Amino acid sequence: MIEFSDVSRNFTVGDQQVQALRNINLTLGAGEYVSIMGPSGSGKSTLLNLIGLLDRPSSGVYKLDGMDVTTLDDEQQARVRREKVGFVFQSFHLVPRLTAAMNIELPLILAGVAAEERKTRVKQLLQNYGLADRADHRPDQLSGGQRQRVAIARATIMQPSVLLADEPTGNLDRTTGWEVLKLLEGLQDQGITLVVVTHDAEIGARAKRQIHTLDGRILSDAQRA
Amino acid sequence: MFFRDFLTLASSSFLSYRMRSFLTGLGIAIGIAAVILLTSIGEGLHQFVLSEFSQFGTNIVSIQPGKTQTHGGNAGVFGSTRQLSLDDAESLRHLPYVENVNPSVMGNAELRANGKTRRTTVFGEGRDFARAFTMKVQSGSFWTDEDNEQARAFVVLGSKVRQELFAGQNPLGSYLRVGGQRYRVVGVMESKGQVLGLDLDDSVFIPAARAMELLNRSGLIEVQVSYRASVDVNEVIRLVTERLKERHGREDFTIISQEQALEVLGSVLDVITFAVGALGGISLLVGAVGILTIMTMAVTERTAEIGLLRALGAREQQVLLLFLGEAIMLSALGGVLGLLIGIGVAQGLHWLFPAMPVHTPWFFAVLAECSAVLIGLLAGVMPARRAALMNPVEALRAE
Repeated sequence: MIEFSDVSRNFTVGDQQVQALRNINLTLGAGEYVSIMGPSGSGKSTLLNLIGLLDRPSSGVYKLDGMDVTTLDDEQQARVRREKVGFVFQSFHLVPRLTAAMNIELPLILAGVAAEERKTRVKQLLQNYGLADRADHRPDQLSGGQRQRVAIARATIMQPSVLLADEPTGNLDRTTGWEVLKLLEGLQDQGITLVVVTHDAEIGARAKRQIHTLDGRILSDAQRA
Repeated sequence: MFFRDFLTLASSSFLSYRMRSFLTGLGIAIGIAAVILLTSIGEGLHQFVLSEFSQFGTNIVSIQPGKTQTHGGNAGVFGSTRQLSLDDAESLRHLPYVENVNPSVMGNAELRANGKTRRTTVFGEGRDFARAFTMKVQSGSFWTDEDNEQARAFVVLGSKVRQELFAGQNPLGSYLRVGGQRYRVVGVMESKGQVLGLDLDDSVFIPAARAMELLNRSGLIEVQVSYRASVDVNEVIRLVTERLKERHGREDFTIISQEQALEVLGSVLDVITFAVGALGGISLLVGAVGILTIMTMAVTERTAEIGLLRALGAREQQVLLLFLGEAIMLSALGGVLGLLIGIGVAQGLHWLFPAMPVHTPWFFAVLAECSAVLIGLLAGVMPARRAALMNPVEALRAE
């Protein structure tokens, strides 16, 4: 459950104040499938970063699962990110020198999960995502689709309640893009809250709830029948 | 995060840039090697000099005539510095704790035997000379009695003198002319070699009373007193001072204790070792700059990765520790390499030039490795802080 009340985010660029988000009020229920669309600079990525606690609002209150997370310190925010949020990026953001398995294992390592448990969980996910024979490959030995699947495996290994995808298909060809999207939608079917930021209307249209942003405001918030 | 995982993660990056990491580590290695090599030589020299000085035993005090004075004034006005006499030396023999007393004069004289002539150093000593200085007599012995009025004309030869004048024959019982007087050979010293530039082998030892007469000296150059090892040197100095003041009526002599002299010498040599070590430290500093450079580059290159780690739930502190750990490991491994190089080269030098004293105390090795770790820590702090305090959103945008 994600609740934004009167959230704004200002940036200072040079000597100019830029309002990336203006007084956003938004509630996303648990398990929803939401797409956020809008032209670049409309604030959709800022919105995603705020939801994922990578960024702090300049004003307003953000409650995640009923808890006010705007007042948390760095350590507490890191903990919330680790346990409740998964990120999928356009450019995958895999660590190039680590194997696919190690990349997926990374959140577990940071969280201090014991080695045996990590091994079994990573193995299970590799199996689920059809990457079992790619476990020891480094990212530069993987195809684009495989890379994004590794990234999704990494984002979900902590079993987060929210999965945030920023242009997840942006660096993939059409077919692979659809496959990745199907994978994400499959996770949503299992109960995860899926938020996809995109400027591709066709992809955005697949979500049940579609939010359009413009100039830091929510232009429309429509529920598909 | 478990410590093992921390090591794996922190080392993964420098293991992936092998060449670059090796060169950076080499910077530290050269610094550590220089420090170890220079201090090994310094310490070797230290031990060499101290052993030269202490080979005659350390529980000895020397008494010399004349007071080392710090205030000015004409010595002639107050100044009847009485010389040290054989009787002075004799009077010390019965003091408590005293084991041996040796009156000493020294000079040059011509030796003649078997039709050969040789000019050497002549030492006038007491009968306990060999015992007081823990020197060995190879054959025969020192004279046993010592009558100050009528010392007998006995001589003990240095090994080189024996070689030169009595080659191939047993000199014991033979006669030798020292400065024109006839002496009977009663002993031959074991070879001692050069000691601080003085060739003890190329010298002869005769009773001090005879030497004073021969060299036309009215007093002794020095009196050495050896004392029981368990006794505090200051107690011995006090007793000797008291006794001689009684005899001379004033303190017109100087007492030098071997122990105190060695202490002063030791601290001077320590300073030298430290100074050459510090010279090596300069190259260590250059190595530190190398680590700083490479870590600054690493943070810039891996900005996106830092953003990712934060997105995956890494705390600022974890990011800081990862980069700090990387810098420390790089430096510590360089340090180990440097230790190997430094000790290797030091031992190699010793092998090539056996005369060159080399010694690497393990304490120095530990200290050098600790300083490598400390350097990694200091050089890593700035880049690691920059990594930790990065804005994750901006970091993720860098690609």
